[in-house]
Amino acid sequence: MGSDGRASLAELGGSGSLISQRNMFDAIGGVPRPATDTVMEATGVEKSFGRLHVLKGVSLTVRRREVVVLCGPSGSGKTTFIRCINHLEKIHSGRIFVNGHLIGYREQKGKLVEDKERNIARQRQEIGMVFQRFNLFPHMTALGNIIEAPIRVRGTPEAEAIEMGRALLTRVGLTHKADVYPTQRSGGQQQRVAIARALAMKPALMLFDEPTSALDPEMIGEVLDVMKELALEGMTMIVVSHEMGFAREVADRVVMMDDGRIIEEGTPDHFFTDPQHERTKAFLSKIL
Amino acid sequence: MHPGSLLATISPHFDMDFLLKFVFPPSGALLGGLAITIYVAVAAQLIGVVLGVLSGLAGMSRRALLRSLNGVYIWFFRGTPVIVQIALLYYGTPYLLGVDLFPLDIHIGGLDLAGAVLAGILALGVNEGAYMSEIVRAGILSVDPGQAEAAKSLGMTYRLTMSRIVLPQALRVIIPPLGNEFNNMLKTTSLLSIIGVEELFRNASSVAAATFKPFEPLLGVSVYYLILTTIWSTIQGRIERRLGASTVRVDQPGLWARMVGLRSPSSGGPAR
Repeated sequence: MGSDGRASLAELGGSGSLISQRNMFDAIGGVPRPATDTVMEATGVEKSFGRLHVLKGVSLTVRRREVVVLCGPSGSGKTTFIRCINHLEKIHSGRIFVNGHLIGYREQKGKLVEDKERNIARQRQEIGMVFQRFNLFPHMTALGNIIEAPIRVRGTPEAEAIEMGRALLTRVGLTHKADVYPTQRSGGQQQRVAIARALAMKPALMLFDEPTSALDPEMIGEVLDVMKELALEGMTMIVVSHEMGFAREVADRVVMMDDGRIIEEGTPDHFFTDPQHERTKAFLSKIL
Repeated sequence: MHPGSLLATISPHFDMDFLLKFVFPPSGALLGGLAITIYVAVAAQLIGVVLGVLSGLAGMSRRALLRSLNGVYIWFFRGTPVIVQIALLYYGTPYLLGVDLFPLDIHIGGLDLAGAVLAGILALGVNEGAYMSEIVRAGILSVDPGQAEAAKSLGMTYRLTMSRIVLPQALRVIIPPLGNEFNNMLKTTSLLSIIGVEELFRNASSVAAATFKPFEPLLGVSVYYLILTTIWSTIQGRIERRLGASTVRVDQPGLWARMVGLRSPSSGGPAR
């Protein structure tokens, strides 16, 4: 789908209609305007867990407003790779840049030295992450989960954060759930709160680590719908997922990983109808 | 039947009236002892909690030096008797340093304090820290690592992640053994009698010595310890129920179960 084909917010309507378009746009983080068109650039990323070599030189560039779906068999390194992008995992060689910042490291005489914790925390503010198991804070309400980081990390005034938080809840279809403790709710609701929580930091890039894998089948749709709208609004997204329907419909590019490498990538049309690699064909035949 | 008559039939030496008078109304000296026991226990426990959090975090630090220093701290204070530690601090360190660290009267702020009381609070607090350390560590480890990851992914620093996300959730696991630790602390204060702190036990011992009645004052002071620990058990139960309400419901033993010790082994502190 080209950028012209994206539906405007007005056309989307739906749950967000109570607030003005402009506010809604702010609430979901808006569209970042980096100096370059590249939001994330990874080159030659290598990573091992002990003797297990999980990433064997992964390079990937993701541009502004692009939606990239990472797929591949389990153990292929796709989850590890997106966890490297916000430095939840260390890398052993290669470089990852988000918005032009080298993530997690400083270069000293050509070698990578892990950056100060405070700097890494600052870099992560630009990168939203949604986890397979939601990881909502159980001691906070839905709204509390969302406003925590804006208030504590960004220093957003509480009233403003609450207003934004409520707008985000509306945005993910949970207008009246502000005061519930979300860990007692369905997985679908939890994941939607988790998405709102990540968006509250107004990130330039959203990472989704198998966001629907832990959900009951009937809840998958509601989470994918929120992700679809987010994509249509121009959020830059990297999504690890087995949801090939989502990939076909929403992704600008589908990337196939196998055994720690990217073995194939292309537009959904190309990827699903005319895969080149034998492994991709085998993978698709199993999953479709 | 008079409650004391059973004991009286067993032993002609038992003096019920003496016991009742000792317990109620309490003498001024006994009340003073009660006050000292309570505030020494509270102050020492507070020091223990603060040290325990610091030590628990140090034990999980990425810095090897910090971890090993912490290891020595826990090793020493859990590996030696607390009564030795009390004597070591009160008698040993002033001698070693050649400074009267714990004079008879100390004025801190507006507070008048006997030196022995200060030494006792410090000794019990530092000892308690070593036990709390393990409890805090277990509490932190009980929190799903995904919680810290989510906090970090939102740009929270280590300090924020711990103070806002991990430690509040660790409390659910920390509070029950912390309550047991304080219950212990209320009783362990009696060890300070050896350095002359006029707490409940020393008070009762003095009465016993002065009246040649070794039984009644000690039984009487036991009543006071029981009152303290029973009140604390009730408070602890309320705290735990409130903590349980906002997150996952935990089955809490009732007052009776706590009093007679019918508790699941998992909720207890480390073995002493």
